[in-house]
Formats: sequence, C-alpha cells, structure tokens
Amino acid sequence: MIEAHNLTKDYGEKRAVDGLSFVVEPGIVTGFLGPNGSGKSTTMRLILGLDAPTAGRVTVNGKLYRDHAAPLHEVGALLEARSVHTGRSAYNHLRALAQTHGIPRRRVDEMIDLVGLHEVAAKRAGTFSLGMGQRLGIAAALLGDPQTVMLDEPVNGLDPEGIHWIRNLLKGLAAEGRTVFVSSHLMSEMALTADHLIVVGRGRLIADTSVEEFLRHASGNVVRVRSPQADDLRVRLAAGRDVSIEVIASGLLEVTGLTAAQIGEVAAQHGIALHELTPQQASLEEAFMDLTRDDVEFKTAAEPVTTDAAA
Amino acid sequence: MSTLANVEHLPGAAPRGRVTQARVVLSEWTKLRSVRSTRWSLLAAFFFTIGIGAVACLVVAHHYPQMRARDKLDFHPLEVNLAGVQLAQLAIGVLGVLIITAEYSTGMIRASFTAVPKRLPVLWAKVAVFGAVTFALMLPAVLVAFFVGQAILARHHINVGFTAPHVARVLVGAALYLTVVGLFGLGLGAIVRNTAGGIASFAAIMFVLPPLMNVLPTSWNNAASPYLPLQAGEAILSTTPGGHLSPWVGLLLFAGYAAASIAIGAVLLVRRDT
Repeated sequence: MIEAHNLTKDYGEKRAVDGLSFVVEPGIVTGFLGPNGSGKSTTMRLILGLDAPTAGRVTVNGKLYRDHAAPLHEVGALLEARSVHTGRSAYNHLRALAQTHGIPRRRVDEMIDLVGLHEVAAKRAGTFSLGMGQRLGIAAALLGDPQTVMLDEPVNGLDPEGIHWIRNLLKGLAAEGRTVFVSSHLMSEMALTADHLIVVGRGRLIADTSVEEFLRHASGNVVRVRSPQADDLRVRLAAGRDVSIEVIASGLLEVTGLTAAQIGEVAAQHGIALHELTPQQASLEEAFMDLTRDDVEFKTAAEPVTTDAAA
Repeated sequence: MSTLANVEHLPGAAPRGRVTQARVVLSEWTKLRSVRSTRWSLLAAFFFTIGIGAVACLVVAHHYPQMRARDKLDFHPLEVNLAGVQLAQLAIGVLGVLIITAEYSTGMIRASFTAVPKRLPVLWAKVAVFGAVTFALMLPAVLVAFFVGQAILARHHINVGFTAPHVARVLVGAALYLTVVGLFGLGLGAIVRNTAGGIASFAAIMFVLPPLMNVLPTSWNNAASPYLPLQAGEAILSTTPGGHLSPWVGLLLFAGYAAASIAIGAVLLVRRDT
C-alpha cells in the first residue's frame, strides 16, 4: 500500500509534483497515467526517498521508505532512468544488491532465469539493449520478493513477447495480493493491465478512478446516426431538447445528449429511415487526451494550443 | 536471449533479511571487484610502484660512478626506490573519485540508494572496502619494490637495509599515504558527484595548488605550504625528517583532510536529491 498526502516537489522555480494525494491499494494493478513530463517519475522517486518532497509526505506500507529495515522486501522498483553500472555484469549487479539484504545467490539465479537473461548474465550491462536493460531492472525489482511493486514505464523497449509477459506478470503479482503500481504514458497499455487509474497532468491529480468508471465518464454519450433524411432528422431531434448535433458528412450525424433508443423513437415517430444507429464508446486514448489536453507539457509545434473537442 | 519464464509460477519467497553495515560492506566488495576499470587501476598502481622503482634504481645504479660528489651526498637509495609511488598515487586518487562518481554517471546510485535508503552505510562501506583493499595491495607493492630496488643498488653497494633508520617507517608510511590519497579522492568524489569535476578538483588540490603557492610572498608561502595536503602527506616519505611537520603528524594532517572531505561528502549525500 502506497499513501501519498499532499505530495509536492519543486525543482527550482518549477513545480514538478503539485499537492498529489492518492492511495495505491493492494491486490489490484493501479495504473499511473499522464503525459510525458507530468510528474510520474518524480512521484516515484519521492516514494523511494531518492528525492525529498518540498511538502507533504508519502509512505509505503505505513512507513517512510527509508525507515524500513529491509526496504527491498517492502518495495521493488524499476525506475525509468537506467540504474545500472554499465561496466558490471547483470549477475554481479543483482548480486551486489542482494547482498545488502543477505538475499542468497540462489534467489539471484532465479530472478535471472525469470526474466530470461540467463545467457547474457555474465555480460556487462552496458552492452544490453533497451529491452534487456528493462528485464534486468525488473529482476532487480523482484529480487526481494516485495509486497509492493512499482514500475516506471516497464514496457518501454520491450518486444511484443516481453510486453505480453509484463502484463501477465503484473496481473499475477496483483492476484497474489501485492500492491502493483505501474506508470505509463500509453492509455491503451493501461487499459489492458490496470484495474484502477491515477491520472496526473502537470503534477496535479486529474482522476483517481477505476478503469471502467473512467471510460464511462469519458465516453460522453455520443451516438452516430446515418440516415438518408439526415437534415430532417436533425431538425426533429433538436426540437425542444438540450442536444448538440454535429454534421460529420452528408447523411451522417453525431448526436450528444440523447440515447440511441431516444433517437430511434424520434425517427420512428416521424417515419425517418435509419441506416445506422451506433452509440460511440470513446476510446481510452481519446478519453485520456480529453482529460489531459490542457495539462500536456510539451505540445508539438504542429498542434494548435487550443483544440476543440471533436466528440 | 533465452525465453522468459512462465510467470504463472513465480519463484517462491526470498529469505527475508535486513540491511546491516556488514552486508553493505560485502555488497561494496562485490561492486569493487566486478568492474574492469577498478581492477586495472589497482593493478596499474601495483605494478607502477614496483616497475618504476626498479627502473629508477637501474638508471641511478648505471650513472652512479659518474655522479658528482655533491649529488652522491644528496642521494638516498630509498627516494629513488619509491619513484613509482608518484604515479601510483595518481591511479589510486582517480580511482577513489571514480568509485563514487561512476555510480552517479551510470545511474547505479539510484539502485544503491533504493537498496540502502539511509545512504550513509553505502559511503562508510566504500571507505572501508576501498581503504582496506588499497592498503592490502600497496603494502606488498612497496615492500616488493624495496627489495627489488635495493638488490639492484646493492651491486654498487649504495643500498640500504630494511633495518636502517627511517626505512620501515617510510615503507609502511608509503602504503598508508597511498590509502589516504585514495580516500581523499573518494571524499572529493562524494562532494562533486561528477567524474570530470572530481578528478579535476583532486588534481588541483594535490598537484596544482602547491606550485601556485609560489605567487604568495615567500614568508607566507613558507608558512602555509607545509600544511597543504600533498606536502603534509609526503612528510611520511621523508628520509631526512626535521622539516616543518614530523612524518606522523604530517600523515595525520593529510588523513584529516581526507576525513573532512568524506564528512562533507556524507552530509551532502544525505541532504541532496539523487
């Protein structure tokens, strides 16, 4: 269990994390979602005590991370930035970390096998690809058989097999009752693994909700209607109701504010033929974009600063 | 790359232990041994000490018959013999800096401080392991250099014996001096955190500051210079004691500089973000 209370971190003039409060519960996968530069990695460093908060506090399993007698047994962490001496072999890297807690050699071997680095365990970590580096980081995170697992962008650089493996691993860890906290800037990735979402933008909490709730809230009740009498239908639907209707193409409307059933009934009443009547589920990606639009730190130059929501 | 294990069967629980200073020392020992550059630097220091000492003795032995009487009077067989220490101190000082700055430059420090979030045990362990390894390696190096060098000089009967005045003190002192040099570098590395900056500050304090003192008025220079780290430390290598600082007081002062750099490094280590 991770509990953050009013967590704030300034780097000079810049506020990287701004009054974040959240609880990461055991037994489920909690996604930590936000655009690049939204404070996810900083928050994770604060959790581990690598950086000291400007204000507020964050505890892991009831204590500050640094106050645990055996921290690797409490939290296993994979940070986004590489945390390996490039001149040391994967095996010796894990061995040195294990020795701080008296974790035996056998456990190091098990972790190397688990992440599939057996054949390269004696090679210097500096020669590893991004994906192999991620696997080494995951082996280090699981070394202490921790109650809480915290991974920063774990699928970065992994091949499809590795990504699939990570998803199963995270679900497996949560099913064992552990606290699993995973950051990503990819909504689609979280949709596949996470049960709960903590969404941040510019260091502030935007949403703290289940994935289902997040989707339902975001889908905004849009219905796509195709009809040869679209103009007629548009007038009928708009009559005396609080709806917004957008003409997508000739004969194609998107209606916000009415259910598919309501639209169908209006059409039947007036004898209007419908060729399509589809409730639109906004994709998670769209929902995420909507939520964080104003909070994206680095917009691409091509993208206008203010965009109207299309949906 | 071998295939990933089936995660439906996670390996069982790891035996649970807590972080202790002794365990962190063991971890630092593994870290020190398992990096190629560390092994090379230590080996280089070992063989510089012996090899350069031997070459210097050979050269002197060859020229000794042609040397002027005044130079012969100034000559001390031990000083020539320990010429290699000059180069060894550079290798060891730089290694001392690297032992901590390489962790910052590679990001390893985040893994180290995640495993040992109280941080200070990591610094103490580095000091203990690096100090012990340097002394354990450099004492035999100095002794081997002595016996090889004196055997060369003995052919011209210009050697000294181990039991001659000052000899044992200078030899053990040289190994201690090199150890303190390494720890001074480590302390500076902990303060600066950056490899280039750490090496630059080490070289500046040790080797650039002393000649710079010459710009001061002579009386100031004479009063201050013996207390600089390098001069203070080298008092232990003197075969003609009676300078400003006695050999052991000088070494102690040098150790004081090293301790101060480590203490400042320790305070910053705990306070700063990583």
